Amino acid sequence: MIPPLRFSYLFVYFAGILLLSACGPRETAVERGNREQILSRGMGPDLSDLDPALATGTSDYTVLSALFEGLVAEDPVDLHPVPGVATSWDVSPDKLTYTFHLRANARWSSGDPVTARDFLSSWQRVLTPKLAADNASLLYLVQGAEAFNKGLVTDFSKVGFAAPDARTVVITLEHPASYFLSLLQHWVWWPVHTPTLEKSGSLYERGNRWARPETFVGNGPFTLKEWRLGQRIIVEKSATYWDAATVRLSAIHFYPIEDINAEERAFRSGQLHLTEALPLAKIDTYRATQPQLLRIDPYLGTYFYRINITRPFLNARDVRRALALSVDRDLLVKNTLRGGQLPAHAFTPPGTAGYTPQARIETDFAEARRLLAAAGYPDGKGAPVIELLFNTSDNHRVIAEAIQQMWRKELGLDVRLVSMEGKSVLAARRTGDFQIMRSSWIGDYADPLSFLSVWTGDSGNNYTGWSNPDYDLLLHQATRTDDSAAREALLQKAESLLLADAPFIPIYYYTHVFLLQPSVKGWSPTLLDHHPYKHVWLQP
Amino acid sequence: MFRFIARRLLQTIPVLLVLITASFLMLRLVPGGPFDSEKATTPEIKHNLEAYYGFDQPLHKQFFNYLGNIVLHGDLGRSTKYSNRTVNEIIADKFPVSLELGAWSLLIALTIGLSAGILAAVYKNTWADYVTSGIVMTGICVPTFVLGPLLVLAFAIHFGWLSASGWYVWQDRVLPALTLGIVYAAYIARLTRGGMLEVLGQDYIRTARAKGASETRVVLRHALRGGLLPVVAFLGPAIAGIITGSFVIETIFQIPGLGREFVNSAFNRDRTLILGTVMLYAVLIIALNLVVDVVQVWLNPKLKFD
Repeated sequence: MIPPLRFSYLFVYFAGILLLSACGPRETAVERGNREQILSRGMGPDLSDLDPALATGTSDYTVLSALFEGLVAEDPVDLHPVPGVATSWDVSPDKLTYTFHLRANARWSSGDPVTARDFLSSWQRVLTPKLAADNASLLYLVQGAEAFNKGLVTDFSKVGFAAPDARTVVITLEHPASYFLSLLQHWVWWPVHTPTLEKSGSLYERGNRWARPETFVGNGPFTLKEWRLGQRIIVEKSATYWDAATVRLSAIHFYPIEDINAEERAFRSGQLHLTEALPLAKIDTYRATQPQLLRIDPYLGTYFYRINITRPFLNARDVRRALALSVDRDLLVKNTLRGGQLPAHAFTPPGTAGYTPQARIETDFAEARRLLAAAGYPDGKGAPVIELLFNTSDNHRVIAEAIQQMWRKELGLDVRLVSMEGKSVLAARRTGDFQIMRSSWIGDYADPLSFLSVWTGDSGNNYTGWSNPDYDLLLHQATRTDDSAAREALLQKAESLLLADAPFIPIYYYTHVFLLQPSVKGWSPTLLDHHPYKHVWLQP
Repeated sequence: MFRFIARRLLQTIPVLLVLITASFLMLRLVPGGPFDSEKATTPEIKHNLEAYYGFDQPLHKQFFNYLGNIVLHGDLGRSTKYSNRTVNEIIADKFPVSLELGAWSLLIALTIGLSAGILAAVYKNTWADYVTSGIVMTGICVPTFVLGPLLVLAFAIHFGWLSASGWYVWQDRVLPALTLGIVYAAYIARLTRGGMLEVLGQDYIRTARAKGASETRVVLRHALRGGLLPVVAFLGPAIAGIITGSFVIETIFQIPGLGREFVNSAFNRDRTLILGTVMLYAVLIIALNLVVDVVQVWLNPKLKFD
């Protein structure tokens, strides 16, 4: 006979749950961090390397800026160049030669002094062809650097770097460049401790394992304590850093979280002080219920559509202009994006190092229809179907659908949406196998040149097939012009040329939307999303 | 039996070889390469990168180099994404995490699944059966990417007892193991119930009862052995799936396991890492299927090694 079922078994389950609840709410990472000055933050996908010569990802700066320091550092509020390893610098009258004076008390985490030789050997390493450093081209401004990197010159002393003594670095440029000091804030310029590298492999080959916690040596305000791939990077305050007295955080914990929804949950459960991003769909909720946690900062980036001008139909300037004029950016930003983004009427974000583009692509449906008719397609009659390519993501799709509607309604054009996974989109871009594609550009340094140089004929980032010798000449002159008013005039002229030809459609300027605990202090909104950690502290 | 196992092991060699060759070739056909990035590098730099990884050599040479390194040195190559790590190192780092998560989930799945299945079978068509079967159906229907965040909302954010993400202390392990385990528990419960019901109606059970065996003995000793057969057949592939890591669970809970890395490596076109992981999975699935075949013969005297 089957015994009757007893309810007592159920109690076992309930006892288990009760046992759990006995643990009670624990002290969260945020609470503990506030007490011990440990900042916990999300950082997007994990880094590929902690070697400043080889790091390539967008989140690399986030971690590397804690571990290294270049000749110049950044002001925490507006990012203007301030003394870093160099206490001061002189610029020659022809603006070609920069002489940096290094501080005597700059130290590596191993205790060695940071010397001019360290900088030179680090730059030699970056430029050595065999290392194949992705960002080597950011050094091409220096005399002879490009030739050395391309293997045309093998004698490094021919490159415009010199170290007359242990505490002086002299850099000679190809041409005057007012943005040079901003460029120096890119991590590829930061020094590495070459004796450490030599101990664990070759200086000039990839695959050197020095940038791991056991062997790591850096010269920044923090030093590497733990790096578990896909899990956590811990940096701790460095005792040898020259400005250690200013550093208030005792440690920073970086969490690589690819999924922004998971990141938001980690934030809500008290595991993070700040997130790298926030899902679009959650912005309104935070704005309504917890506005004190939501931060929307300006960000130096443009969201746009590239047009392949080698394709029939799209090769007509009037057609491209018509497409660009019939995108209602204000509507997109207000109703679709809702993250405080700015509608983009040009390519360079307004206020980039004091430059605001004067030429604009406005929204003008009547003019757009007129242009399309002039090109031979009145009300879209006879026009082929246009393909709009974007990488698979809900955000991109929403925008593409809105624009598809606008073009259909205002111009009578048929638009087919094509969505592909990230690397496939990049391959299509490389081979020119697209008509119109979603694109973005994030500035490497705060200068209009970082944007406008995308569109020169010899630019590796152009991909549209568009080139204009006048445009190239204007940029060439602007690069070499030192007078800021004359330089700005040249850049304005170049940008208006670009917009008149419309090889792309500007859509919006990015903002950085993220969550931040109010206990994090010194986190100023900056255009490049740079936040020098030595000026950050926690105050519950 | 040993001849059976030895023969099966020999058969795996051509299977693996075909798998590697097919994967290797397919990876070259996929659009986009490991060095395609949002911002372009110069052609010279890209060429140097390809030379470093040997991608500039003819395809057959790349293939035999790759194969040679595996056979001679057990070396799965260097990751193109993580420039200072090897594939062996990444797998050694991440596989144990997935393995541990899988072990906890399996424990939960078997405990809940077997007890629920037996309960439902023994108390067939009573409220206990209906309630259990109802919960089980819910467990099968609710996807992990819904269940996981729901559990996080309740236990990590609302009550604050457990962690929303991470993999350090035991509080981090409960929710992911539970989320992954419940889905498998549901399947196991259904299979156990079905298997048990079939067996409980057979003559030898009646015989056991007639001989005066206690009900507990009848259920746990006589019926369970036969009733478990479908579960065992299911467990082979299930264990392979459960211990090689679940991309969804590892992403939701930010667990540094191999499942997440595998999917990311596909997005990154990290060819060596993809190939290494594919092979590990293949070996595991083959091995576990072999174990299942052996256990099935042991459980069911009607089957024989042939």
